[in-house]
Order: sequence, then structure tokens, then C-alpha cells
Amino acid sequence: MHRTGELYGQFQTLEQQKESATLGMWVFLVTEVLFFGGLFMAYTINRHAFSTAFGAGSNTLDIRLGGFNTVVLIMSSLTMAMAVWSAQVGKKKLVSLFLIATLGLGTVFLGVKVIEYKQKFDHHLVPGHGFDMRYRTQNPAPTDDPREIATEKEELDKAFAADPYINAHGQLYFSLYFGMTGLHALHMIVGAGLLVWLIKGSFSGRFTPQYNTPVEIVGLYWHFVDIVWIYLFPLLYLIDRHR
Amino acid sequence: MSEHIVSPKIYLVIFLTLMAGTGITVWAAFNNFGVFNIVIALAIASFKATLVVLYFMHARYSPKRTQLVIVCSVFWLAILLALTLTDYTTRPREGRLTPTAASHLFRV
Repeated sequence: MHRTGELYGQFQTLEQQKESATLGMWVFLVTEVLFFGGLFMAYTINRHAFSTAFGAGSNTLDIRLGGFNTVVLIMSSLTMAMAVWSAQVGKKKLVSLFLIATLGLGTVFLGVKVIEYKQKFDHHLVPGHGFDMRYRTQNPAPTDDPREIATEKEELDKAFAADPYINAHGQLYFSLYFGMTGLHALHMIVGAGLLVWLIKGSFSGRFTPQYNTPVEIVGLYWHFVDIVWIYLFPLLYLIDRHR
Repeated sequence: MSEHIVSPKIYLVIFLTLMAGTGITVWAAFNNFGVFNIVIALAIASFKATLVVLYFMHARYSPKRTQLVIVCSVFWLAILLALTLTDYTTRPREGRLTPTAASHLFRV
């Protein structure tokens, strides 16, 4: 294909090229909205039908880890936006710096997610044969706070009284929890790969005030993933916290 | 280039607003507002998402056709949610998944 510098033959100016690329990225993001929209739809219907199980499942999540991750992800959106700004004003060193910061924060998010998933495996809260909402209160670890376990036991007793099939319905909650956060994490991993590619480009000084389309486009993607989490956090972690 | 450059100051203000929004969501979750619990949670999340789209994603400074695409995504999502809910909220009670039926589907 004919190409002059960063300008492809079918475009007249870099600005036109950037506008087309941005529009194309947004069209892709529309499909992503509908992709996650289907999951949110499934969540809505099941939460409405099995609210007790969803509340009890939500309360087993660690709100400190979830809240920390929310802060980390919004911060990574800020550094991503700053990387775009740095490219637009031609501060090449800052572009690399902010992109590395974004990648770092994204990695922290995924690391915390690993810790959270491991807890769920330890507590037998992964949908399948060994699933048992009561496992943790019946087999507390020596490090667990006995008062916290007692509160959780009391809540679970109430939940079991309200919904005897809670171990079946709880699996629906955790299927959605793992499905939605898992797909979100997969998007983060793809985003991290894109960031590595951008960082490589920024080291060779590829992004300038005239040409910074890749930074802008990956930025759009990264912010979209942030938006998904902005919805996931209250919907998964904060269903039934008011005791 | 005639593109609009958003200043770091605006980014910082948006970031701080998003942080405050996160704090308010958590605070609201620990208080019982009855049926409004979910309304408040979704309102704050949508407010935060709007800020991200308008400023971090530069939608406010984008050409009109890009803005049209963004509005379309919300519109299509609304169709997905609204039309599906017209089905689920109007089904007769006996058509729903009963505990007995559920116990056959999910054996624990």
C-alpha cells in the first residue's frame, strides 16, 4: 500500500486519517457495549429472580480488594489520558513514562484479581461439584477473624432460611461473577499487550503532535475497559452491604 | 492540526470527581435506601461513565458523526435491556423457574 511516513494512501491528511481511525474504534466499542450488555442482561434477570443468593454471594467478596482495584483502574485511566496529552504536546519522554505507569497499574489490578480468585477457590465458591456457600464458616482458617466468621454464619443462616436452594442459586451468582470479571480481565490482558506495543513505539519516538493515533485508539479501548469495571464494582461487590 | 487538546488540569479534576464518585457509591451501599439502592448505584456509575466518555475519551470534542455512534451504542443497549425485560417481567408466575425445577437443573 502506498504510504508516506505515517500517512496511508487512501487519506489526504493525518487529521482525516485519525478521525477515521477513531470512528472505527468507536464502532468496535459499540459491539463491545452490546457484548457486555448481554452479560449485564443475564445478571439483571438472575439477580431479580434470586436476590437472596446474589446478596449472600456478593457479601463474600472482599470490598477492600474490590475498592482498591477500582481506585487503581481509574488511576490507570488518568495516566493513559496523560500519555495521550504528552504525545499531543510532543513530550516524548513523558509518553513512555505515562504508558509504563498505565501498564504497571493494569498489572497491579490483575494481581489483586488473582488474589481474589484464589480466595474463592479456597472457600469452595467456584461453581461446580464442590460448591458450598457454608464451606468457609464451617472450615475457618486459623488466620480468619472469629467475629467476621460469626457474622457471616449468622447472615448465611438467614439466607438459607429465606432460600433453601441457595447453594444452587449462589452458583448462578458466582458463574456471572467469574464470567464477567474474567472477560473483563481478559480485556485487561489484551490492553496490557497493546500497551507493551505502544511503549516499544514510544521508545523509538514514534508518537508526535502530528501523529499519535495509536496512543489515542488504545486509550479509547483502555477507558472502555475502565467503564465496564465502573459498573461491575457496585453490581458485584455492593449488592447487600447495608446490614 | 486543529485537534482539541484537553489540558492535564481537566484530566485531574475528572479523576478526582471519579474518586469521589467511588467513595459515594461505597458509602451509599452501606446505607439502606430500600428500592433506591440499585437506582443510586447505577446513577453514580452512569455519571462516572459519562465523565470518562466525555473527557478521557474526548467525546465532547469529537466530530458529530463520532458522537452519533456513541449515542447509538447507548440506544442499542437500551433496546437490548428494555425489550428483554418486557418479556421477563410479564411472564406468568408458573412459567418462572421454581425451586423444584431449579433443583433438577442444578444438583449440588
